[in-house]
Amino acid sequence: MAVEPLLVSPGPMVPEPYVVRSRGRETADTWTIELEPVAGEAIDPEPGQFAMLTAYGVGEVPISLSGRGEGGSLIHTIRDVGAVTAELCRISRGGTIGVRGPFGTTWPLEDARGADVVVLAGGLGLAPLRPAVEGLLAERDSYGRVFLLYGARTPGDLLYPQQLEDWRAEGLDVRLTVDAGTRSWLDRVGFVSALLDDVTLDEPAVALVCGPEVMMRVTIGALQQRGVPPARTYVSLERSMSCGIGHCGHCQLGPILICRDGPVFTWDEVGGLLAVREL
Amino acid sequence: MRTLDQVVLEARVFAGLDDTFAEQLAGCSQTAGFEAGDTLFREGEPADVFYVLRRGRVALELYVPGRGELTIETIDPGSVVGWSWLFPPHLWHFDARAVAPVRAVAVDGACLRGKCEQDPALGYELMQRFSAVLLERLNATRLRLADLYGGGHGG
Repeated sequence: MAVEPLLVSPGPMVPEPYVVRSRGRETADTWTIELEPVAGEAIDPEPGQFAMLTAYGVGEVPISLSGRGEGGSLIHTIRDVGAVTAELCRISRGGTIGVRGPFGTTWPLEDARGADVVVLAGGLGLAPLRPAVEGLLAERDSYGRVFLLYGARTPGDLLYPQQLEDWRAEGLDVRLTVDAGTRSWLDRVGFVSALLDDVTLDEPAVALVCGPEVMMRVTIGALQQRGVPPARTYVSLERSMSCGIGHCGHCQLGPILICRDGPVFTWDEVGGLLAVREL
Repeated sequence: MRTLDQVVLEARVFAGLDDTFAEQLAGCSQTAGFEAGDTLFREGEPADVFYVLRRGRVALELYVPGRGELTIETIDPGSVVGWSWLFPPHLWHFDARAVAPVRAVAVDGACLRGKCEQDPALGYELMQRFSAVLLERLNATRLRLADLYGGGHGG
């Protein structure tokens, strides 16, 4: 009697091999890579979600989706901050990277329909917000005024400079600031929250925020002064996500697990938890 | 046509200022304009004026030998350029340059200090308001010193 082979899904903990279709340097320590599956179709993440990327033989890290390429390929922007990310940034075109996912919650593009939207990014925080910006622009008439406020360390540390110009040309109100500039820099120099100084919003506006936690805390205070309530302020958090499916507890923040319940939260869900230093 | 006391109230630092105080402020003020690239003031020069910016952008610069002029902050419409007029020795600490064509109200610092001496209520009101600007910029500077966007940690 012939035995039927047992077909078992590899499950969410097994990375699928993807090949690096292209890679490009964004800043001195940050690269953007485009990945396509070795076989079958690519996973289909929504704006805000993340994937676990494996550098084979080195380790695995959570990286947010920062775009989709031709044919649904995955685009991720990665900063070299450790052994795994250094390897992911180093793997050249044609090399193989493992991918698990997609995991997590998404930016609330549906809930924001009809409202003014402020996208507020600091440093590498623009990477997970880029798919949201593209989603807003794809249905521009469905939203009120849309602002992108973006701060970085220096002009050379801004991600996607050409795309920022393209977005401006498409009518997005892009406002940039850096911590320190030179005479060739004609945008602003100052902390990112100052970009809100002359922004007026019709309530109830929605804010999408991603960047270092301190930057988010300060800018969200400024957003609240302009009438954006914590329940309409969405942030993306990153806290050592490991399994991606809420089993290991590495990304626990009080009663929540960032990988399972986030990474996108409203500020009224997590603002209080982030203020607890012991968590 | 708007009068100077109405115009100075456009600045956030003077929003809601009492009419009498606004008139005193306007009495020390005149309109000013600069083309892109013009210098408003230079480090070490007497700080005898401050500007209420109405249009354009001003860069505060620090000349660093070997590196040239670094922009340490930019000031946009609605904000005030300069507070060295308020504190001895009344000398500018940085250069200020128009990044874009600037329209502003220039306020004579010595004139306003004199009015504040004569009217402590005006002096207290302005000191409160300028202190708030100083605190805001100090906090923003401290956050930039923290280099929040730099480096990172993890895998």
